[in-house]
Amino acid sequence: MNVKHQSWIPGNFKSVPDTGRTAQHDVVQHGWTPITTTTSVLGVVFESGVALAADTLTSYGSMACFQNNPRILTVNQNIIVAAAGEYSDYQFIRDVVEDKVRTEKSLNDGISMKPKALHTWLSRVLYNRRTKMKPLWSTFLVAGVQNDVPFLGEVDKLGTAFVDEQIASGYGAYLALPLMRKAIDEKREKLNSKLTKDEAIDLLKKCMEVLYYRDARSHDKYQIGIVTKDSVEIQNLTLKPRWEVAKLVQGYE
Amino acid sequence: MFRNQYDSDVTVWSPQGRLHQVEYAMEAVKLGSAVVALKNKTHAAIVALKRAPNELSAYQKKIIPVDDHLGFSFSGLLADARILSKYMRSECSSHKFAHGDDLPVNRLMTKVSNRMQLCTQRYDKRPYGVGLLVAGYDDNGPHIYQTCPSANYTNCKAMAIGSRSQSARTYLERNLEAFKEASLEELLKHGMRALRDTLPNDVNLTSKNVSIAVVGKNQLFEIYDEETTQSKLSLIEGEERRAPVPTTDSSGGGSQPPQDGPGGAPPSDSVPAVAMETE
Repeated sequence: MNVKHQSWIPGNFKSVPDTGRTAQHDVVQHGWTPITTTTSVLGVVFESGVALAADTLTSYGSMACFQNNPRILTVNQNIIVAAAGEYSDYQFIRDVVEDKVRTEKSLNDGISMKPKALHTWLSRVLYNRRTKMKPLWSTFLVAGVQNDVPFLGEVDKLGTAFVDEQIASGYGAYLALPLMRKAIDEKREKLNSKLTKDEAIDLLKKCMEVLYYRDARSHDKYQIGIVTKDSVEIQNLTLKPRWEVAKLVQGYE
Repeated sequence: MFRNQYDSDVTVWSPQGRLHQVEYAMEAVKLGSAVVALKNKTHAAIVALKRAPNELSAYQKKIIPVDDHLGFSFSGLLADARILSKYMRSECSSHKFAHGDDLPVNRLMTKVSNRMQLCTQRYDKRPYGVGLLVAGYDDNGPHIYQTCPSANYTNCKAMAIGSRSQSARTYLERNLEAFKEASLEELLKHGMRALRDTLPNDVNLTSKNVSIAVVGKNQLFEIYDEETTQSKLSLIEGEERRAPVPTTDSSGGGSQPPQDGPGGAPPSDSVPAVAMETE
């Protein structure tokens, strides 16, 4: 037993073990609001892999603060991860994941982490942190190919984890997700097939453009990460917005 | 008290570079009943001989399941094997919790071996007096691993440990080429024949004294019940038994403790005797 426990006197503050749980007298609070934030992240499954898209802007509140903060991470030859939300929490997770991958590589046993495993692991980490009332204020999309089947999953700051064919966080969930679902459904209804790689990339480009017009925290420089069975690639892209359509919007002046 | 000058505890080196206490622990493995493990392209199987401590008691369980994809049989101290099984189970389940997937067999073996190594390097510990034959299946296919009290572990195509297991190893060596392409049933037949070769002539395999476990592609680790065991045993029933390989080692321990280099190298330790007499 801890000495502080033994010297506890009624009426005094009790020494509480550091479970991270905020109690009455615990004046330290963690991560109640995010500071350095990023906006939506998109992911879509296509026939042979998964594509993710995220812009490179981080904001202080409404101030566009840093314009070159990439947030699509190549984990290994099989997995990419993209994050939205608090950028420092993404950096923390990135460092832990990179360390994990390095440790695994050094074992040199030919086994590498699989997308589902990382998805589960992230959900454990994030849920654990929210249970400590110290959430990592980020949403993660995990994309990869496992046993020749494309995998796309989301984990949010509460540890909620799910798998889907198309995922968008933040504003993307309102603006981009319907577009993505529409494209996927149309392809399935017409041709009974999944999107091709090029269609998926074009779809993400279109969604990023729509988001750039309507989401005030978005940015014209963005990345698209593509993972297929035997390749991982991250493209740097810049939008070519057409603001001449702005004058067609009526009633906001 | 001591068999020689250099075996007072596990951390004492002999001038020949041997750790006698560790070698004594290796002898414990040779006291247990025999176990055979072997694999083909898709499955790994364990065939083990069970003992009953006396006529009134039941046969001791010999195969310990660890996870859906992995289990082991052992020879030596049952109590030590149970401690290791508890460790292996907790490692497997925590990996499953954190990653939603089975722990690869070689990763587990590294962990187990590291744990076993600790007690060969500290004077206040003793080595585990148990050898394991682990059968598992993962993305890289079926695996058989053997561990020793010296904390060495080996990836095997087939292996036998325990009392009189040299005869089984001889059988396995002679038939090694056949295992890879064998069907599961053929594989079990080989395993049972190998195990039968360890028995004295007046004893035979029965559904009571044999325990069989398999794991493999689309096959979770399963220990056969008595009925299934009997049906497998009947596959080799009536086959002519090979004359047992003559052996001078009554404990049938198989591989001898590591021997020193060419004779006459001075100064020599007194050869450590087997710590316990057997049978």
